[in-house]
Amino acid sequence: MIDWNWIPANADRLGPAIVQHLILALVPVLVGLIVAVPVGWMANRYRTARAILVPAAGLLYTIPSLVLFIVLPGILGTQILDPLNVVVALSVYTVALLVRSVADALAAVPGMVVAAATAMGYRPARRFAQVELPLSLPVLISGLRVATVTNISLVAVGALIGIGGLGYFLTDGFLRNSQTSIIVGTLLIFVIALIFDSLLVLVGKLATPWVGAGGSR
Amino acid sequence: MGALIADVIAWFGDPSNLTGSTGVPVRILEHIRYSGVALIIAALIAVPIGALVGHTGRGGFAVVGVANGLRSLPEIGVVLLLVTFVGGVSLTPVTIALVILAIPPLLGGTYAGVRNVDRATVDAARGMGMTEREILTKVELPNALPLIIGGLRTATLQVIATAAVAALVGVGGLGRYLIDGLGVRDYTQMAAGALLIAALALLAEAVLAGVQRLVVSPGLRATASTGRRAAAPPSEPVEEPQTRSTPVPEPARS
Repeated sequence: MIDWNWIPANADRLGPAIVQHLILALVPVLVGLIVAVPVGWMANRYRTARAILVPAAGLLYTIPSLVLFIVLPGILGTQILDPLNVVVALSVYTVALLVRSVADALAAVPGMVVAAATAMGYRPARRFAQVELPLSLPVLISGLRVATVTNISLVAVGALIGIGGLGYFLTDGFLRNSQTSIIVGTLLIFVIALIFDSLLVLVGKLATPWVGAGGSR
Repeated sequence: MGALIADVIAWFGDPSNLTGSTGVPVRILEHIRYSGVALIIAALIAVPIGALVGHTGRGGFAVVGVANGLRSLPEIGVVLLLVTFVGGVSLTPVTIALVILAIPPLLGGTYAGVRNVDRATVDAARGMGMTEREILTKVELPNALPLIIGGLRTATLQVIATAAVAALVGVGGLGRYLIDGLGVRDYTQMAAGALLIAALALLAEAVLAGVQRLVVSPGLRATASTGRRAAAPPSEPVEEPQTRSTPVPEPARS
């Protein structure tokens, strides 16, 4: 089932594919986060904004990834094989997912804490950056975990249209009837997703040392 | 862009695309059938397990681990691998992959839903003399419905979106327009197929939102947070639910 000679024979192609896969998956996470924080803040701050932004984000999320990969060139004016399509599509998903996470995360910050910070003289911008955002991290990070794992898995779909880092080994293996190629590609994507998921859990623990300290609330 | 829209409209106006065994209605029905079968199988597996584990509280760690682990598996890889095992044109590998895809949200939603039912409510039911089975079916499951349906909505979206890969292995469904179009660089056909899949996904979402409104007890809609959580399409990773913690929203995608 596994052709062990395949791995050394293709080792020099795996490295660049992993790098490309990570760039295609993780750049959208960053872009998505940067866009989602202000949008989520608005959704939490203004009732009307929430009523519009959160369902709109949910709607974006219903568009299948393959569909977005195919339709985006028509909208962006890019070539269908341009990796930018994948980056933009995954950024859209990340925003769609994180807007709700950010809004929910901010809503979960206890009002008394915000009031206390205000009373201590924190101005809104500083209060947001130093009190509300850090306290919302646990919910925000669980949203980031889903976005990251989903993106790493979705980049492979891009291989169907010819771009996709490790996804290439899946479609190419299929065409050549090489199970090894498909197995190695799938396992690598799976393991990379697990590694980044664990990394985010770790970052979350380090960034929120107060969670779990001092017993149950 | 404008030209593409005109081409797509013309594509939909061409009777040869709308009739026969490769016409839009047939493809839509195939797509619905593949998705439906996978969702039913996934629900038959995930809901009982999620309910049982949520009720007893035992094995929660394993359920959370499996649900999160399956989510990291690239389904394209799973489909292609299974196809090379089964060989030939067959729906089986696609169905298996779609079932694997649909299990995490359903399992997570059911588990979290049952687990999050107010302990006081469960204790009251026990105090009234209900058997464990009655507690599960008459108290915990109805109370868990918003999260279970939230999980089903997520699973449905992902399955409808991913069923397009069926076309890769030679069976039907709306994915045919994408893959066939890609093969001959017929961008219009691809865009039309993409539109149809998106429309089907939106329609399914609307139908399930309606079902949710109908079957969930009005009493469960009282608190804003419950309603919001229930409607959540994307899911956080399933965590062990903690008592009265910050909302651990349930319900992700393809």
